[in-house]
Amino acid sequence: MNPAHEFVARDRAQHPPAVTPIYKTSVLRGPHRPLISLQNSQSEVTGPAFGNSALGPLDNDLILNHAKTGEPIGERVIVHGRVLDGSARPVGGVLVEFWQANAGGRYRHRNDSYVAPIDPNFGGCGRTITDADGRYHFRTVKPGPYPYRNRVNDWRPAHIHFSVFGSGFAQRLITQMYFEGDPLIRHDSILATVPDGAARDRLVARLDLDASVPLDTLAYRWDIVLRGSRSTLFENRLQGN
Amino acid sequence: MITPDALGYLPETPSQTAGPYVHIGLIPRQAGFDIFENNLGEAAFDPTAEGERIRIEGRILDGAGALVRDALVEIWQADASGRYPAQGMNDPSGRGWARTGTDFETGLWSFETIKPGRVPGRRGHGRMAPHINLWIVARGINTGLSTRLYFADEEAANAEDPVLGIVEQPERRRTLLARREVRDDRPCYVLDIRLQGEGETVFFDI
Ligand SMILES: [Fe+3]
Repeated sequence: MNPAHEFVARDRAQHPPAVTPIYKTSVLRGPHRPLISLQNSQSEVTGPAFGNSALGPLDNDLILNHAKTGEPIGERVIVHGRVLDGSARPVGGVLVEFWQANAGGRYRHRNDSYVAPIDPNFGGCGRTITDADGRYHFRTVKPGPYPYRNRVNDWRPAHIHFSVFGSGFAQRLITQMYFEGDPLIRHDSILATVPDGAARDRLVARLDLDASVPLDTLAYRWDIVLRGSRSTLFENRLQGN
Repeated sequence: MITPDALGYLPETPSQTAGPYVHIGLIPRQAGFDIFENNLGEAAFDPTAEGERIRIEGRILDGAGALVRDALVEIWQADASGRYPAQGMNDPSGRGWARTGTDFETGLWSFETIKPGRVPGRRGHGRMAPHINLWIVARGINTGLSTRLYFADEEAANAEDPVLGIVEQPERRRTLLARREVRDDRPCYVLDIRLQGEGETVFFDI
């Protein structure tokens, strides 16, 4: 394997440690032993690829993809942005998946028993494939905050869960996106697992009035950065990339 | 907002836990509803793919020995001849990837798949022993955990595997070895994953 294909080492300082007592569930689920550092082999630099043909036409429209008797209740929003790598190159053609609570803060899930009602017209999940410039977008309703069992009075800020594939399995990432201006952000135990303030801020989407549809839908913009690879650093020089 | 560092590099987006409802987004059928026409990751290979059909299964246990019943497990593996899709995988669908949740009651995860062949190691290293790459996310796991499933009955290949070789303690190496059983006349490899404490599984920084 050409070492140029390898990913640069993950900067663990950008990520939460495994055990973060403020988020209590991590105390018994986070490994105690140090991770064993592995140099990339084919098992890490390759990864599954997905084509647009695998997806349905409404998969990135959460307003319509589970509509039964009408459209879901809630603030209509567009979420859009780019998937980039550490060298600021677009990561095109990769699968981005997202899931969220409805406008009342309730998930369509058998284990969610929060008192807010299920919305019959809202499923709460979608997916898309980035274009050649790494762009993605989807339409949804803004999720509501919800309480959860951690500290006595913990509430999650409005957030959307994201799952992203890169070109290699070592780039695999699951994270959460928040909304600019949400007063719950500074109280959130799960966001607080990320030790660096600037890193936490990168999980907050910005209101994007220019991308909003007048009289119809507000837009938020959020870019995602996956690990870079040496291949993008030297892509004009090395053979066989 | 993302600010490049002094060399123009962008910092990676931080990981966050997948939470208790990861099933909605990634395996909605297990959350209890049908939404997509095409559910991704239900099988790693087409029924026509060549190779030995196996089942792999196990449980995930937390630091108190309790079952983790809300995790998501993804597998990524080579085909029977040791090739990934980029190397010309011998499967019409060219997948090698699948995912599932641990069962809400039994805590068991399982995949029906094909036993992978040996994959070339890094340049300058020998071939790796047959292995399946695992990625685990769940409520309480802040950053997805990467590990590998090796086959306990591949003793000769395992002995020269460059990745098992860097795990110094033999008892820790054993946390990656799935034991072979026979179920309904078919091979089943069993591997329990221990997130923490006694017998903690080896997780990799890949
Ligand atoms: Fe959530």
